[in-house]
Amino acid sequence: MLKRKVVIVISFMFLMMSMMGCGSKGTSSNVENNKDSKKDVTLTYGIWDKNQEPGMRAMADRFEELNPGIKVNVEVTPWDEYWMKLEAAATGGALPDVFWMHTNQFLRYAQSDMLLEVGTMVEKDPELSYDNYPEGLVKMYEYNGKNYAIPKDFDTIGLIYNRKIFDDAKVPYPDDTWDWDKLVEVAKQLTDESKGIWGFAAENSSQSGFYNIIYQNQGSVIKEDLLESGYDMPETIEAIQFWTDLILKHKVSPTLAQMTDTTPIALFTSGKVAMMFMGSWMITELTTNENTKEVADIAILPKGKTRATIYNGLGNSISAKTKYPEEAKKFLKFLGSKEANLIQAEHGSAIPAFEGTQAPWIQYNTKYNLWAFVEMLDYGIPFPSSETKNKWERNEETYRLKMFSGEISVEEGCKALAEEMNEHLATEKK
Amino acid sequence: MKQSIEALKPAQGKKIKNSWRNKKNCSNYIWAYLMVAPTIIGLMILNIWPVIRTAYLSFTETASFGSNKWIGLENYKTLFRDSIIWKATWHTFQFTILVVPLGIFLSLVIAALLNAKIKGTTIYRTIYFLPVVVAPAAIAIVWKWLFNADFGLINHMLSAVGLKGPNWLTNSKWAMFSLSIVGIWSTLGYNMIILLAGLQGIPRSYYEAAEIDGAGSIRQFFNITIPLISPTLFFVTITGLMGAIQQFDLVYMMIGPGNPAIESTQTLLYLFYRSGFVVNDKGFASAIVMWAFLLILIITFIQFILQKKWVFYE
Repeated sequence: MLKRKVVIVISFMFLMMSMMGCGSKGTSSNVENNKDSKKDVTLTYGIWDKNQEPGMRAMADRFEELNPGIKVNVEVTPWDEYWMKLEAAATGGALPDVFWMHTNQFLRYAQSDMLLEVGTMVEKDPELSYDNYPEGLVKMYEYNGKNYAIPKDFDTIGLIYNRKIFDDAKVPYPDDTWDWDKLVEVAKQLTDESKGIWGFAAENSSQSGFYNIIYQNQGSVIKEDLLESGYDMPETIEAIQFWTDLILKHKVSPTLAQMTDTTPIALFTSGKVAMMFMGSWMITELTTNENTKEVADIAILPKGKTRATIYNGLGNSISAKTKYPEEAKKFLKFLGSKEANLIQAEHGSAIPAFEGTQAPWIQYNTKYNLWAFVEMLDYGIPFPSSETKNKWERNEETYRLKMFSGEISVEEGCKALAEEMNEHLATEKK
Repeated sequence: MKQSIEALKPAQGKKIKNSWRNKKNCSNYIWAYLMVAPTIIGLMILNIWPVIRTAYLSFTETASFGSNKWIGLENYKTLFRDSIIWKATWHTFQFTILVVPLGIFLSLVIAALLNAKIKGTTIYRTIYFLPVVVAPAAIAIVWKWLFNADFGLINHMLSAVGLKGPNWLTNSKWAMFSLSIVGIWSTLGYNMIILLAGLQGIPRSYYEAAEIDGAGSIRQFFNITIPLISPTLFFVTITGLMGAIQQFDLVYMMIGPGNPAIESTQTLLYLFYRSGFVVNDKGFASAIVMWAFLLILIITFIQFILQKKWVFYE
């Protein structure tokens, strides 16, 4: 009997310990905190980029210095799981106090009252002003005339190229006179089948690929203010045709199948591709790769009928149900300040949103012409999004595959996609 | 009358012996329930309750952040009208047909070979079992590189003998076949170990008797091994089928949405993931998974009926 009792007690102890183990993953900071002082407030700051963590941590440390009694816990959740976790947290009322917001998901969160309105705070505070950030970024986080985030950074798309391949073929580097025809011409000069080198990788990507081309041709993905698909516009169809021709007609780009097997950026860093479009957030792919560290460089995108690049920016938002709104607002204010943005830039995290703080980011790696990314913000087009984006993006995905592999004609594909997209967009018109 | 009372007494005695009224039994039963309680509670909370909840969700239209609206059979109507779902059902069956029979047959052959008294059986068994303990993500990454059309090892070896290898993962005709190869490879070890255990339960005396009677090894295999291992084979077939119908990770990690071959390899559970976590339509996703559940139920039920025909219980 005693033996049995001992066994029961031990197994219950194990059960308790395993339950505590499960529970403590998220709250270890609180336990730590309670040891320090009962008045300390701990804010959780949710982010998804491990590369940017040092910069975020540095900003949090500086904030803690300036605000004794408030601690900030930076929690990184990889991109693939970030939104799932956030949604589960939102449904359960346990969102982080402050967290990164992305234009793809902003509307959903704003409409369901998951975010704290911060526009009034910015208006009332003499030290804060939305004029400090690019207008387009501020608008991205506006809903029903109210603001729900303070811009954190922006990213643009640039043209990256391999200087060595250009030197070997004795072709001058890309500059600001380049247009679509020049791009095709040079790509043809650089494509060398015997060496297995492609002139330009026409990546199957929207933000880093053909969206830029669409807007350069004065087409659109969603017609402004109309909530209608822009895919049936002749300008858009023409643009997608240009992108597809690079693969199928001019043969200066690897095929869709090849770019699926090996990602375009992997092809670029292995020296198999001379040029491609790339987002500014991917800089570390170039700086950490031995092959391309020395030979890569960046230029502004060539122009079509006009200059355009897709830009996007993250925002910092506060959970509507946060237990510490005053402290969270203080932290948000700090994150939007010039000082914080400079810290962000120094750590090479991302191009900071605050006007005039981009210089440290550009100096972060002087080998590359990082200025090209910042310069293009002047003609940037905000990354198109809408409430039902996660539905029509799937239709887009399907047609992209068919058009870029030549299975259906571009005109057919675009028109069919426009129809399906309009079905989803129609549900948004209330 | 007295006789009938006498007749009753032993039965009553038995009753008391096993019933709760007996104090000794009572305490035994309580300990028993306490011992299984942690597992049962865990099972209830983490397995049974989610199943019930998913079934409920399949009859609702889920909006953002948990507000659900009961819509009855609407999700199922959309489900069965969608040709993509039917194609996915077919792809799921394709995968199952390619992986399960061949996989189990190969596992059985290997198990039989490893049951022999040869040197180094432990090493061989370890090698064959290793794929089972390797993380699926690692398997996907390595095999993706092996199958790479331009730079992968398989096509490289084929070109050394003058053959041009196909686009294993990006060609609609080859993609499902490639996934099946990885599917068989990764489950061989698991089935093998179970079948090996079953084989070791067959008394040597049967084989010796057969040898004396002049039966060759192939005859012995089909007339002794297979009947006596049929219960184990039955178990392995059922679990194999259940697993194959739930195929998701290989499609998600080796093919994925940007791949031109995705339309010819999407399985039901891949569509469940896409619907539930990318498009955020959890009601529809629940309906998809209920459909997969029903398929598994039907196939398992058929198996249990067929059991009487081919499984030999001693």
